[in-house]
Amino acid sequence: MWLRIRRNWQLYVLLFLPVLWLIVFRYAPMYGAQIAFRQYSPAFGIEGSPWVGFANFIRFFNSPKFEPVIINTVVLSFYSLLVFPIPIILALSLNQVRSRMFRNSVQMITYAPHFISTVVIVGMLFQFLHPRVGFTASLANLLGQAPPNWMGDPGAFRHIFVWSGVWQEMGFGAIIYLAVLSTVDPALHEAAVVDGANRLQRIRYIDIPGLLPTAMVLLVLTTGRVLEVAFEKVYLMQSPLNLGVSEVINTYVYKVGLLSPILDFSYSTAIGLLKGIVGLLLLITVNHAARRTTGNSVW
Amino acid sequence: MRGIVSYESHINKVGESAVDRVFMLGNTTFLLIVTIIILLPLIFIVAASFSSADAVIAGKVTLWPVDFSLLGYETIFEHKKVWNGFANSLFYTFFGTIFNVVMTIIAAYPLSRQDLVGRRVIIIAFIFTMLFSGGLIPTYMVVRDLGLLNTRWAMILPTGIGPFNLLIAITFFRTTIPPELYEAARIDGANDFRIFRSIVVPLARPIIAVLALFYAVNTHWNTYFQALIYLKDQDLFPLQLVLREILIQNTIDASMLIDIEDLVAREGLRELLKYSLIVVASVPVMLLYPFVQKHFVKGMTLGSVK
Repeated sequence: MWLRIRRNWQLYVLLFLPVLWLIVFRYAPMYGAQIAFRQYSPAFGIEGSPWVGFANFIRFFNSPKFEPVIINTVVLSFYSLLVFPIPIILALSLNQVRSRMFRNSVQMITYAPHFISTVVIVGMLFQFLHPRVGFTASLANLLGQAPPNWMGDPGAFRHIFVWSGVWQEMGFGAIIYLAVLSTVDPALHEAAVVDGANRLQRIRYIDIPGLLPTAMVLLVLTTGRVLEVAFEKVYLMQSPLNLGVSEVINTYVYKVGLLSPILDFSYSTAIGLLKGIVGLLLLITVNHAARRTTGNSVW
Repeated sequence: MRGIVSYESHINKVGESAVDRVFMLGNTTFLLIVTIIILLPLIFIVAASFSSADAVIAGKVTLWPVDFSLLGYETIFEHKKVWNGFANSLFYTFFGTIFNVVMTIIAAYPLSRQDLVGRRVIIIAFIFTMLFSGGLIPTYMVVRDLGLLNTRWAMILPTGIGPFNLLIAITFFRTTIPPELYEAARIDGANDFRIFRSIVVPLARPIIAVLALFYAVNTHWNTYFQALIYLKDQDLFPLQLVLREILIQNTIDASMLIDIEDLVAREGLRELLKYSLIVVASVPVMLLYPFVQKHFVKGMTLGSVK
């Protein structure tokens, strides 16, 4: 073994910078996360600040913010999970198209929104749904109706968030499934046709089972990140009106840690750490469940 | 060859029952509806951006410009902040992407070598960062303690290596460069640096293209949050932060609207400007997109093979 290490020393030289980067920018913060168990003050630094045990966590559990923030996060993430099959449906549908030109045009158009930035997407939402200058307003004007104000309606926040996400990502999400569908053995389809199966039956009995392993892996990964939500977008969509439904763990962590007048690094880190650990446990559980029920898993 | 072709068409004829024809009709309709839903908001934004401020504020625009005007665009082109943001974004995207790609390639190549002792541990260390992180504040503290706050470095150094991109690159090297090639080069007396420079890098061109695209679009051009936490100085703001101020926070330099006295007209121009800004901000990536789409698809599929 030593011989192999010595023989490959130049490979380790190449790896030096990447590993150094990994330690400084990814693992040093994990070490720093210990301030969740201390009362951090800049004067004493990370190691010098006094230990307080679980005080920061207990404070969060007892805070009036705890319940709404957790509920909002869970509801928003599971709503986002519900639309998980949409890219699969799009891929199955596209896979049936015989005209190359039609297929390519649909793909080209449905992929496009993926490349629009989050800020612009949210800006578009504000403009499109604007109660005065938006598309919905113009349409309502044409029909002689009163223009709706969906962006100002807290009840509409979750729907707008999730469905604008579908609008932006469904085409791009279909790419993986299309790639998998193209690897399905054509002999299976030929045999099915000979047996008199129609297209719908072939989708049901050949295409969908072919997609299942990939879908399971992606579902497990998505579930593992469920508490993250698409936080950059949530933050942009927040307004005083919808804060009751739009404050999620990550936006709260940001506000407590970097925006509030009294910055509380330890408290913010504790909440973030809690989210990280729950997320990790969730991933392990879901992965385990997926392996036992379908035989497919990430590891 | 002809036999195969006729066999294929035979299958199609047999498979094409009445049920199938109905299904195909429904399928095409479905895809058309999806396409229209995707296009509708885009068309509306473009139409509004070319309309007059009066038409915009009166809520008259639907899918075609009303009272065609370029006023929105003219106003933007005079807005220095937007151009400054554009320049900054170009800077971060260009240098950041170079940094990301170099780091990913020099990490991926050694990690793709089966004979490297410790490669599993290092790969797992990278993958673990996908599942768990120190969190927002501890990361912020590292950047602060390194003295990077409010500098251009803060936009580049922390982005480093994306674990997903690293996995794509490792897979690429493992599947495209056969181990025999190394052995042969070794026997010819080349050392690992030499092999890396003369064999690996030239062969890696396709993966470099894919990585550069992923990093440029996903990590740099389209993100705002990193800039929001690390930058204070307005002169350093990337385009996305400037956009956030105008589109989301609704703050527009009053000097841009100063010529107009009428309040309603002012409000109209303010909204019109946003439409034009959305178009201007999205055009660079949208223009590139048809050409790079293939690479993106390739990258996504490469990542899913694993």
